[in-house]
Amino acid sequence: MTQIQRGDLVLDIKNLVANVAGRNILKGLDLTVRAGEVHAIMGPNGAGKSTLAQILAGRPDYEIKSGTVTYLDEDLLALAPEERARRGVFLGFQYPVEIPGVNNVYLLKAALNARRRQAGLQEVDAFEFMAIIREKMKLMKMDESFLKRGVNEGFSGGEKKRNEILQMTVLEPTLAILDETDSGLDIDALKVVSTGVNSLRQDDRAIILVTHYQRLLDYIVPDYVHVLAGGRIVRSGDRTLALELEERGYDWLVEGSSAA
Amino acid sequence: MSTPTAPDLEQLVAQKYRHGFVTDIESDTLPPGLNEDVIRVISRKKAEPQFLLDWRLKAFRLWQTLTEPTWAHVAHHPIDYQSISYFSAPKSKTDGPKSLADVDPKLLATYDKLGVPLHERARLAGVAVDAVFDSVSVATTFKDRLHAAGVIFCPFSDAVRDHPALIEQYLGSVVPQGDNFYAALNSAVFTDGSFVYIPKGVRCPMELSTYFRINAANTGQFERTLIIADEGSHVSYLEGCTAPMRDENQLHAAVVELVALESANIKYSTVQNWYPGDENGIGGIYNFVTKRGECRGRNSRISWTQVETGSAITWKYPSCVLIGEGSVGEFYSVAVANHLQQADTGTKMIHIGANTTSTIVSKGISAGRAQNTYRGLVKVLPSASGARNYTQCDSLLMGPDCGAHTFPYVEVKNPSAVVEHEATTSRIGEDQLFYLLQRGLSQEDAVNMIVNGFCKSVFNELPMEFAVEAQNLLALSLEGSVG
Ligand SMILES: Nc1ncnc2c1ncn2[C@@H]1O[C@H](COP(=O)(O)OP(=O)(O)OP(=O)(O)O)[C@@H](O)[C@H]1O
Ligand SMILES: [Mg+2]
Repeated sequence: MTQIQRGDLVLDIKNLVANVAGRNILKGLDLTVRAGEVHAIMGPNGAGKSTLAQILAGRPDYEIKSGTVTYLDEDLLALAPEERARRGVFLGFQYPVEIPGVNNVYLLKAALNARRRQAGLQEVDAFEFMAIIREKMKLMKMDESFLKRGVNEGFSGGEKKRNEILQMTVLEPTLAILDETDSGLDIDALKVVSTGVNSLRQDDRAIILVTHYQRLLDYIVPDYVHVLAGGRIVRSGDRTLALELEERGYDWLVEGSSAA
Repeated sequence: MSTPTAPDLEQLVAQKYRHGFVTDIESDTLPPGLNEDVIRVISRKKAEPQFLLDWRLKAFRLWQTLTEPTWAHVAHHPIDYQSISYFSAPKSKTDGPKSLADVDPKLLATYDKLGVPLHERARLAGVAVDAVFDSVSVATTFKDRLHAAGVIFCPFSDAVRDHPALIEQYLGSVVPQGDNFYAALNSAVFTDGSFVYIPKGVRCPMELSTYFRINAANTGQFERTLIIADEGSHVSYLEGCTAPMRDENQLHAAVVELVALESANIKYSTVQNWYPGDENGIGGIYNFVTKRGECRGRNSRISWTQVETGSAITWKYPSCVLIGEGSVGEFYSVAVANHLQQADTGTKMIHIGANTTSTIVSKGISAGRAQNTYRGLVKVLPSASGARNYTQCDSLLMGPDCGAHTFPYVEVKNPSAVVEHEATTSRIGEDQLFYLLQRGLSQEDAVNMIVNGFCKSVFNELPMEFAVEAQNLLALSLEGSVG
């Protein structure tokens, strides 16, 4: 595998049209993300932000009607969800599920090794893995007792989000899509989560943040801000766009898009 | 265009039976049919004492007065008991092997295919294996070490020959001949099984294990197991069961009796993987088993742990009769039903003594078009002051066409008793599955992880070396050709 350089194309979405349960949600969406960049996607409730994130991760039940998605020179839509994950696509879920009885560490070690196998690297053993996870848990200010618990089992809303970012820092994805990771976090947790995300801000990776709050963008300063409304990107700009949205809301953009 | 490779639960649960092979060994088999003469032949072939023949004949006469139970949530074609052969022994074995070296290599190869490498397992895991091939025990390991501890662990027929007094005292004392239709049939025609006696104060130095396998076509298997734990003794016993693939159904009607005297502790673990039939419900074992333990002494404990993945139909209720004051009964169960399998299983906890406690944890997994029923009875008699029971029943459904049913019966005749019951039913979540796929796990690994997580509290009860085996078995039963 060749090394990814800053500026290389990581994700290229062209004219994506997709349905959910027979309803058209994405209506010709374009988005280009390059290595080293952080993109924030904002937009009204129900606009299709999570739909986009889920489609990129390969969730079944979404019907792709037309368009293409290229990820590092590959047709992303032709890959199974687990193949995408192993190639470095990570989705931080808006609502992480609980999986009772499945140990956190056990899952994370299996996930890391699946990714390493794909990259032609040797699997880590339990000993090496514990060293990695201890370091990341320190970064995420998580108590070691989380390791013994089931995946998200009985976690508070904020703890679940923190756990998503912990997983992300361990898996070191090439493309991280974080769906409202900031929702439900207290101020301290927001800072910790931001530290985790910023630690992955590197030349050979890209991050897409879905958020409703400009506040997150004070901690993770994006290179681009997009507004997703009515199933497509209706406006793109730099981080000042987020500040403008906070002032003016979405109406002025949404009306523009429905007229188009 | 649509998103590729939607995790297809139908496919995931469509798995093939791995233990489907037939060993080509000449058998000494009686023609099909059942009458008093057949019973006399069985008894004579086994050179049994008169009391046992009389006992069998009494059972046979009782059986003739009984009818098959119909209350279970299962359905099957009527069984023609006259078309079954009631005795089948590998021919070269009529003299019985003296050691592993005398055992037919083909048999040993069979056990290897089953994943029971006698030598390895015996030596490495410190497990003494009494392997039952059809009806006659063919190999018993570690006899010497057990002998030194005073433990008796041998094929049932050896016990009849060498310890007739113990047999006469305890046989049928927990499950009487007329207990139910299948138990009566077993009492009349049982051919072999295992016998265990742990003397006073002895902690059995190793796990005891028996592997059963039904090989010959059209033979029923009726083994009989009797375990007696004398005062203050401890024993952990595991049975594993597998049978080859055949188109016709085979009957397996076993009886297991456990007796725990004062402060004795019996842990009985089962990993059952009888052939379940194919995706269309052709073939498979009818597993109609009576298992019961009596905690006779004060502070005694009997614990049943079972992982049931096989059989076309399972009808099985390992039970505890808690007589001794302060005695404890436990039941931990994972029952998997896939394709057209039907499982009706559960337990009975009968509280007779004061301050007796029981715990029931049942995990039912249904996939394909299978029906999985939990049936449990907690009965507290007037004498059982301070009795306590805790029951937890969880069902996991995989796919839209399967069913889970829970029938908890509670009869409390003592007002000081405390009986708690919790039940949940959940569907294996597409959300959970997708979450794990998104982390890079294969579909099979993802399903296994979710199912194992669901069963964790039961697997934790299995002896260490068998917990892994149980997990593998579960994986085998539920995974499929993911393409
Ligand atoms: N499985 C589904 N069945 C039916 N409708 C769905 C399904 N999933 C999403 N939708 C609909 O698609 C639309 C887009 O939903 P999506 O979750 O992508 O919005 P969002 O932009 O993430 O909103 P929010 O900001 O509230 O998280 C909504 O109207 C939603 O109700
Ligand atoms: Mg959303």
